[in-house]
Amino acid sequence: MNRHLISAGDLSRDDAVLILDTAEELASVGGRAIRKLPTLRGLTVVNLFYEDSTRTRTSFEAAAKRLSADVINFSAKGSSVAKGESLKDTALTLEAMGADAVVIRHPASGAPRRLTDWVSGRVINAGDGTHEHPTQALLDAFTIRQRLGGGGALGAAAGHGDLRGQALDGIRVTIVGDVLHSRVARSNVLLLATLGAQVTVVAPPTLMPYAVDSWPCRAGYDLDAELRKSDVVMMLRVQQERMNAAFFPTVREYRRRYGLDVSRMALLPEHAIVMHPGPMNRGVEIAAEVADSDRSTIVAQVANGVTVRMAVLYLMLGGAAEEAA
Amino acid sequence: MCAMRPEPGHEPGAGSAGEKGIFPRQATPRQEDPGPSGRQGAASASVWDQPGWKAVLTPDEIRRALTRIAHEILERTHGGAGVVLLGIPTRGVYLARRLAARIAEFEGTPAPVGSLDVTLHRDDLRLRPARALQRTQVPPGGVDGTTVVLVDDVLFSGRTIRAALDALNDLGRPRSVQLAVLVDRGHRELPIRADYVGKNLPTAYREKVRVQLTEIDGADSVLLGEPAREGEEDR
Repeated sequence: MNRHLISAGDLSRDDAVLILDTAEELASVGGRAIRKLPTLRGLTVVNLFYEDSTRTRTSFEAAAKRLSADVINFSAKGSSVAKGESLKDTALTLEAMGADAVVIRHPASGAPRRLTDWVSGRVINAGDGTHEHPTQALLDAFTIRQRLGGGGALGAAAGHGDLRGQALDGIRVTIVGDVLHSRVARSNVLLLATLGAQVTVVAPPTLMPYAVDSWPCRAGYDLDAELRKSDVVMMLRVQQERMNAAFFPTVREYRRRYGLDVSRMALLPEHAIVMHPGPMNRGVEIAAEVADSDRSTIVAQVANGVTVRMAVLYLMLGGAAEEAA
Repeated sequence: MCAMRPEPGHEPGAGSAGEKGIFPRQATPRQEDPGPSGRQGAASASVWDQPGWKAVLTPDEIRRALTRIAHEILERTHGGAGVVLLGIPTRGVYLARRLAARIAEFEGTPAPVGSLDVTLHRDDLRLRPARALQRTQVPPGGVDGTTVVLVDDVLFSGRTIRAALDALNDLGRPRSVQLAVLVDRGHRELPIRADYVGKNLPTAYREKVRVQLTEIDGADSVLLGEPAREGEEDR
């Protein structure tokens, strides 16, 4: 049994559905007068962030605090890392402080995996290099189930039925953009496929990973054709910092071929939703009108981030410290 | 607390196959009443195939007990004004609904029903793997200023009810809180007692009480048994 959440591929279908169901119940806590549960009282969660992040870090922090865990925020800037401390030494420091869980974001793919050898607490990957970002995939899956479950493409009667136990069987998801560098795309492909969705990735040929054939998804290059048969379209951020590497000629050309504007959105089926993991480049991969439309779930994704991360923290830390026999 | 134990087999992308999972899982969240020992649910389904369970309440007796409790609630609350019934999942919720139906029938005033999951407030969370959450549903009017009647199937150690009181505290401030249970089996570990009891059932500590309800088990019954020790995780 795994103790850590490093890759969305570590999750079995049952695990994933359990997380979504737990999040479903925890969502109501956000709407109450007292947004706090005593469940993780006395446990310490360390947010170890070697890369900038607002959304993910604050979301993990809010999730841990709502479950009454103590949170220590540790960012590389302004810490001993700036003085050249290695990840291992930092890990040993955290270990000495008694971290029950470490939430790590690191620019190097595989850093969280390495960290599991050095700390006795549980490790949660909050994004490592171009590898994975499993909690983002979980909150995306949660958002998809929330918007399309109990109606629409999941088939059941309309309205808000009981979503518990439901996976995403048959939902058609198209992930568009810089797939090559996107950890969000990798985690989503793995998780959504596990949950039974049919995933297609669409990217300029230069931004399509070599090994995409080995992924549990289809690859396509024609966005318009894919949009017509999508229930969900997930736009990835164009990583502006990589523009100089000449993956595509100009922003304008990228926008014309792979950007989602109002006329492209019209190609989508009636019920389809538009997702974006944020932060967005309005006017590049997604037009402002699209981002602000009813179909966009971008704000819901942020809100769901807290509940999904609460579910992950509860399921990883809320039970017995050592796995039962 | 936790020994360092890096696990093999979570290579990234190692796939979704097989038995492994990040989270340990209980078979069923709640069987009978809690208690530090009471129900380490894992044995749930198989327990039923074992002999040694005997029925202590028949469907008719359950029906009459609930009818009496409904009358008692109406009596004690002067007609049921301001009463909110909150069932504790799983079976307490069905009992709460049945009580509400009777109250509506006897007095013509529908009593709001909801459910209150206490998992996140339990004091024994760390003793076993993380458990799936059940639904918490508070009636639209909320609980502020109402008389909340908590409804559960079996009252044993009292720890579930303590957790329920804490959970309720986060939802609002009822004017008063009462407790209705179908079976009180004794062995309290906390200063808690029920206001309405379907049946007082003297039991030995290691015996198990199991309530079955038509809504989920197909038939009404209360059973008392002493499952084989083998395979039990208790203590």
